[in-house]
Amino acid sequence: MIVDVLLFKITLLIYFVATICYLVGVITRKEQFNRSAKWILIGGFVLHCITLKVRWLTTGITPVASLHESLSFFAWSLIGIYLLFDLRYRTPMLGAFISPLALALMILGAAAPKKAPAVNPMLDSWWFPIHVTLAFLGYGVFAIAAMAGIMYLLQERMVKSKKFSGLFYRLPSLDTLDSMNYKCLTFGFPLMTMGIISGAIWANSAWGGYWRWDPKETWALITWFLYAALLHGRLSIGWRGRRAAIFAIIGFCCLLFTFFGVNLFLSGEHTFRSFTGE
Amino acid sequence: MHIVIVGLSHKTAPVEVRERLAFAPTAMERPLRQLLDLPPLAEGLIVSTCNRVELCAATKEPDSAVAAMRRFLADYHDIALEEIDPHLYDYQGEDAIRHLFRVAASLDSMVLGEPQILGQIKTAYGYAVEFKTAGLILNRFLHKAFSVAKRIRTETGIASNAVSVSFAAVELARKIFDKLDDKGVMIIGAGEMCELAAKHFISNGVTKTLVTNRTFERAEKLAAEFNGRAVPFEQFTDHLAEVDIVLTSTGAPNFILGHRQMEEIIRRRKHKPMFLIDIAVPRDIDPKVNDIDNAYLYDVDDLQEVVQANLKERKKEAGKAEAIVDQEIGQFYQWLANLDVKPTIIALRSHLEKIREQELERTFSNLKDLTDKQKKGIEAMASAMVNKILHKPIAMLKRTQDETSGEDYVDAVRSLFDLPAPSFEDKDIRTLDEPEQ
Repeated sequence: MIVDVLLFKITLLIYFVATICYLVGVITRKEQFNRSAKWILIGGFVLHCITLKVRWLTTGITPVASLHESLSFFAWSLIGIYLLFDLRYRTPMLGAFISPLALALMILGAAAPKKAPAVNPMLDSWWFPIHVTLAFLGYGVFAIAAMAGIMYLLQERMVKSKKFSGLFYRLPSLDTLDSMNYKCLTFGFPLMTMGIISGAIWANSAWGGYWRWDPKETWALITWFLYAALLHGRLSIGWRGRRAAIFAIIGFCCLLFTFFGVNLFLSGEHTFRSFTGE
Repeated sequence: MHIVIVGLSHKTAPVEVRERLAFAPTAMERPLRQLLDLPPLAEGLIVSTCNRVELCAATKEPDSAVAAMRRFLADYHDIALEEIDPHLYDYQGEDAIRHLFRVAASLDSMVLGEPQILGQIKTAYGYAVEFKTAGLILNRFLHKAFSVAKRIRTETGIASNAVSVSFAAVELARKIFDKLDDKGVMIIGAGEMCELAAKHFISNGVTKTLVTNRTFERAEKLAAEFNGRAVPFEQFTDHLAEVDIVLTSTGAPNFILGHRQMEEIIRRRKHKPMFLIDIAVPRDIDPKVNDIDNAYLYDVDDLQEVVQANLKERKKEAGKAEAIVDQEIGQFYQWLANLDVKPTIIALRSHLEKIREQELERTFSNLKDLTDKQKKGIEAMASAMVNKILHKPIAMLKRTQDETSGEDYVDAVRSLFDLPAPSFEDKDIRTLDEPEQ
């Protein structure tokens, strides 16, 4: 228990250093900062994997049962997917947007109570890890889509208004950012869909019903429809660029509400009671 | 003789004003003749590009010439002088020489060091020669400007890192499309800038080239040059959806591409982005097109913004170039000043020599019993007198020739001795011209 919290804190610190490195790299436009930031991030990610494994072994269930664990898992999937993305797109600017987001999730996770939740027999199912892993990988991919969307809007604004700041030279081309949006959508949407389906199957085995209109389920469905609309718009109507970027950002906001808002404002089966330490 | 320049450029006037004051490059005879008809002007030249209009003249009365040229620019284009006056600048004497040297060397260009302006001035000068509005002074002046520009280009780094409006366009395209390999470009109209930009695009990977022109033969010719395809001008909008980049530079007085047309084209492209570069002045594409999602329209002024950052390096080199300009101004201004003083001195001397010869002849015919030795003595005395009389005035003329008062002395000497007006065909002046390389 103490070991995994300590590991978590070290991971957070490493992510913090990586974030600073990315930001310094973007401001000073020095390549070496971006390079070291990436390696620091990789180091942090490896440690994060160990942290999650230790937590898993300690609590005995997939470490997504409490808010603290979920936030940590969210940050982990976000960084993991970013690192995969970086293999393809190699854009340190994206890192400068992703790492602060992951850091924010980690800080929130550090604020949440770290006590292991009482083992709920419902969670003791193979569907649980499948459901949460798919869902969080989807979250990570959509987070990247949203960040790429913000970058797109920034860059598009500069190209359109013909007023350029230093960021203009650092941000990737509009085409690259738009293709990230598309890539994220083609990966994120199936992940999310499978996440929801696996959740429904799991719910059926646990409660004997596929869908119970629990607030989280409802919001997940709303989010799913948003992304479905975007995917449809992209594939058949030719949505792209600004509209797709805005959609990706709205979709991610919706997703964050599904994740946080439902826990904080609404109640249902997905609510983490451990948020208040109970 | 003075050199004066009246004009406006991208630094003093927005494109809306410049496009109204531009002279059509195909019809330069009328404006050149009208310019030369202005009473104070002896020689005239008009440089008209999308970034500037410069009226350059040689005159004896610089102040009235400047006033007349300002008025001409307004009257010729049927615009109230008050409307354009704040956008106009004028230069006289040394400042005018500096200005043209700087313009030719691309030190005053929108994109510092861009090479097109020199060619444009050469073309303008070609018209002035063709219609005989350039005489000795402008001939000499322009050739000097060309050689100064050439010297600056080779001796400084001002033209290194090919930064130009056309190259800036390519860089922008990369910020929109990332890779240009699978992209298409359409060239509408023809123009040096347009063709240059097209060349840049093609050398950066653009594979598909469409060319259109009001004259289909010209489109075909250009298309062959770029390994592209010519499309009829009347139907060019039908083909716009096929390309990603549009380069336009027609002489059309109105927009050839409107907002609604472009909306339709973008829709047909399934909102794939389009980059439109309007190099024409007056503009070819309705500026409102830029408001359409996924359409990015840049006119000549906009492209300036883009290259500012790239120009920082060149600005360092510009310092060296300015030093060369200063140096060359000195030489040319000297020549210009000599042009007036030298013939005056020559005329003055020959006037007195003639008197000396005549008087010697008369004296010798009256005094027939002079010995040769005595004759030589009288001849020497006469020569010494002429030289002594001339010594001070000539020294004064030479000393003051670089000052503004120099012309007053020249004028006084000419009036007092009733000297004939200097002719530009004067051999002595001709020999001052260095042979052109």
